[in-house]
Amino acid sequence: MPTTVSMTVNGKKVSGSIEPRTLLVQFIRETLGLTGTHVGCDTSQCGSCVVHVDGKSVKSCTILAAQAEGSDVLTIEGVAKDGKLHPMQEAFRENHGLQCGFCTPGMVMSALDLVKNNKNPSEQQIRDWLEGNICRCTGYHNIVKAIAAGAKAMA
Amino acid sequence: MYNFEYQKAGSVADAAKAATGEAKIVAGGMTLIPTLKLRLASPSKLVDLGGIKDLVGIKAEGGGVTIGAMTTHAAVANSAEVKKAIPALADLAEGIGDPAVRNRGTIGGSVANNDPAADYPAACVALGATIVTNKRKIAADDFFTGLFETALQEGEIVTSISFPAPEKAAYQKFRNPASRYALVGVFVAKTKAGVRVAVTGAGEGGVFRKKSFEDALSKNFSAAALDGIKVDAKGLNSDIHASADYRAHIISVMAKRAVAAAK
Repeated sequence: MPTTVSMTVNGKKVSGSIEPRTLLVQFIRETLGLTGTHVGCDTSQCGSCVVHVDGKSVKSCTILAAQAEGSDVLTIEGVAKDGKLHPMQEAFRENHGLQCGFCTPGMVMSALDLVKNNKNPSEQQIRDWLEGNICRCTGYHNIVKAIAAGAKAMA
Repeated sequence: MYNFEYQKAGSVADAAKAATGEAKIVAGGMTLIPTLKLRLASPSKLVDLGGIKDLVGIKAEGGGVTIGAMTTHAAVANSAEVKKAIPALADLAEGIGDPAVRNRGTIGGSVANNDPAADYPAACVALGATIVTNKRKIAADDFFTGLFETALQEGEIVTSISFPAPEKAAYQKFRNPASRYALVGVFVAKTKAGVRVAVTGAGEGGVFRKKSFEDALSKNFSAAALDGIKVDAKGLNSDIHASADYRAHIISVMAKRAVAAAK
């Protein structure tokens, strides 16, 4: 039986009629058409689907849209402001923190949650924080550099 | 996923009433949602505890801490109360999954699910925690009854868990290099009543206490006290990740590291 779900996504109130089994990532990508949030592994491991729900990073492939009812959701599309990249996005570009780019939305969303909790993270803290974000191209080194630079630019 | 009905419970009483028959309770969903995606379970209905504010929070009590069932791993890891009373418990929470998983996964969900490789059951048993439900209080020793099995009855919901503070404690785990779950995890707690040692990840029936280690450490709380105590591989898991003999060896290694790290 379809059910109605409502939430705020990137500052806009949205709602949709969905099956209860609909994942948040399906709601974001298929109902709202916001395809910046990716599905990589679909098994809660790779982190390419990370979005913020009520200010905290979560894996949107492992939460039902219904569980996010009434929440405030931020996806990668809501990060840049007025056509200008967010300092964290700019830092990824500047430091070549991506190659194919598939994991990048999740990396940026995770990085923003890290910096929210830790304004000046050490290299080790960044690497520990990326436990749940997998990249198959870069070897992580430039991602770590990008996040450190992004954190500095945001200070 | 097979389809199901979904109900957000407004209170524990509501949830208990709704969670009958083929219905399942969802807390943070970090285990249940992947299980549903793999079609390993097909509940008729999901009853979500996510809206019940009373189940969230950490209170310092009588030197120990009481943690609401819907408190996330991230909240436990970052709690000043937990860090002060039982730093080993905050460390354990910090080591579960990854940051995004810790933002959703809950202590009540972990304990009620009793995954044989979960971390919290070891802490509950070693610290002599009390699991509080909507019906009664259950000692951790009586709560974990087997693989994914607990003493919980139908309509019974974990509401909080009370941990008495030990004199010293530590948790050490050897992670599976791929899944990062505990291949073996050992929680050692030195309490007034003696030392308690609980092992997760290794046992065929889930978490268990290691009596021979407890006796030796109660006499002499040092890693050296465990030298020469053989761990029997009987009753330990053997799979593609590690043989029972290997797990038996790692239990000793992790126990010694936990004793050395205890604070």
